[in-house]
Amino acid sequence: MQEKLKYKNQENLSKETIDGEIATINFGPTHPATHGIFQNILQIDGEKIISSEQTVGYIHRAFEKLAERRPYNQITPITDRLNYCSSPINNIGWEMTVEKLIGAEIPKRVQYMRVIIMELARIADHLICNSVVGVDAGALTSFFYPFSEREKIYELYEEVCGARLTTNIGRIGGFERDFNETFHTKLKSFLKTFPKAFEEFNSMLERNRIFMDRTKGAGPISAERALNYSITGPNLRATGVDYDVRVSEPYSSYEDFDFIIPVGVNGDTYDRFMVRQEEIRQSLRIINQAYNNLPEGSYKADLPEFLLPPKEEVYNQMEALIYHFKIVMGETELPVGEVYHAVEGGNGELGYYLISDGGRSPYRLQFRRPCFIYYQAYPEMIKGMTISDAVLTLSSLNVIAGELDA
Amino acid sequence: MTNEDIYKRISDHFSSYIIASDETFGILNIEINPNKNTEILQWLKEDSILQFSFLTNIAGIHYPDSTEREIAVVYQLHSWRNNSRLRLKAYLSIDNPTIDSIVHLYNGANWMERETFDFFGVNFKNHPDLRRILNEDSMDYFPMRKEHPLEDATREDKDDRFFGRF
Repeated sequence: MQEKLKYKNQENLSKETIDGEIATINFGPTHPATHGIFQNILQIDGEKIISSEQTVGYIHRAFEKLAERRPYNQITPITDRLNYCSSPINNIGWEMTVEKLIGAEIPKRVQYMRVIIMELARIADHLICNSVVGVDAGALTSFFYPFSEREKIYELYEEVCGARLTTNIGRIGGFERDFNETFHTKLKSFLKTFPKAFEEFNSMLERNRIFMDRTKGAGPISAERALNYSITGPNLRATGVDYDVRVSEPYSSYEDFDFIIPVGVNGDTYDRFMVRQEEIRQSLRIINQAYNNLPEGSYKADLPEFLLPPKEEVYNQMEALIYHFKIVMGETELPVGEVYHAVEGGNGELGYYLISDGGRSPYRLQFRRPCFIYYQAYPEMIKGMTISDAVLTLSSLNVIAGELDA
Repeated sequence: MTNEDIYKRISDHFSSYIIASDETFGILNIEINPNKNTEILQWLKEDSILQFSFLTNIAGIHYPDSTEREIAVVYQLHSWRNNSRLRLKAYLSIDNPTIDSIVHLYNGANWMERETFDFFGVNFKNHPDLRRILNEDSMDYFPMRKEHPLEDATREDKDDRFFGRF
């Protein structure tokens, strides 16, 4: 074990340092500042990081393998556990992948309902990330303010699906029930109170001189390097590239809404923070548009093989009983095909690459997990920075252990 | 730019390296000669018309029943200029699943290739640091290959028949 911890490039390091005194420290795997299980073996000269090496896989749960032995509707709960800060986006992304494969037609109302849920999830995801950036910069208050708002979003999930964190929200083909009265009341009050609460949080950090001095220039990456590392999402947009799956390949009627894609300039911690802040405002705009124009219609598509029939029909109608049995026993077969569907997750392009051989479970399912891909760039971003910058960079990248390790 | 245009431009340059092609759900699939993957990917990245310069992901697939082409390595590329996606597939034999690494073209391919090595045992030549990534270093098999069943083999309540495979 001791040998394993020894850094592989130790010999080459001494030249770069002033007095050749290098220390090797373990940042993680369990450390309060990593917000998840990440190990970084840092080579430091004083407080300056010379190089670092990551170890990942601490919470690997073999989701891709598990998915090969599960009926399609039972894979949705697996996707919850990828980016658990915004599970509804993962759930709905997976449902849309299956719908793409079976060629289902989804009612407009379902699409708008999904947009509302997904944008709420994006707000919750970005709120956590940005409040944690505040904590790591030494401002603990900023952690508590947005949490009461996040709680409201979790209560909204609860009204739709009954769960809060690992939501398993929606079904292949729509939702299990329509938005209820409590949801409407709570959403209306959320839309009314959130902007003010958010601006209060914003005023704590956005133009705070101490926060700006602390985060500007910390952990930067250029647009060119970011593209070479296949970085997507807010971390890419902070470098100035305006790539967003919601615009480049609109899904779930995103083309109906008017919103802008905020971009940064320097790709540093401050820009990432600012891009996320603006995205929260834009998400709120989308929710307002979707909710005010919520079309009439059904909350589910006509997909009897995927959506449980009402109980009274199960007891009285032959066909409904058959479908009920087929769904519960996981006997729905999917057509042969190969499909890739991407959604704009909290952290970037979340893709599902599904290969079906006509069976009841995928032949192969690969998750394109944005965290896994952009965390590679971390050593390059923190090189030459101090340890406290490394902590800030890690939290502003919003690396989620569940998504990283799948 | 339609998929026909993309295919035409690629086949004009690499007609001898293309083995097969088809289109699924709007994405063009091209099966390429596994020995020429870096050459083709580099050209695709640098070509001023196609500009497939963003690597979306790399996936491995195991097809135990197709002899001599058991392991597939799938590169998914995205051209933001034309807003089109492209899938390149290279099939390898399970006895010697070796293919050139593309880390020199895309730094992001580093962990994607390590993951494919970790789960499928694909040996990426010239990879700077080909080690297991998500699994334990001491593991001596490649878990995503189909010969490793997920469930306990002695269980009778879960066999392939229940998953629509006879």
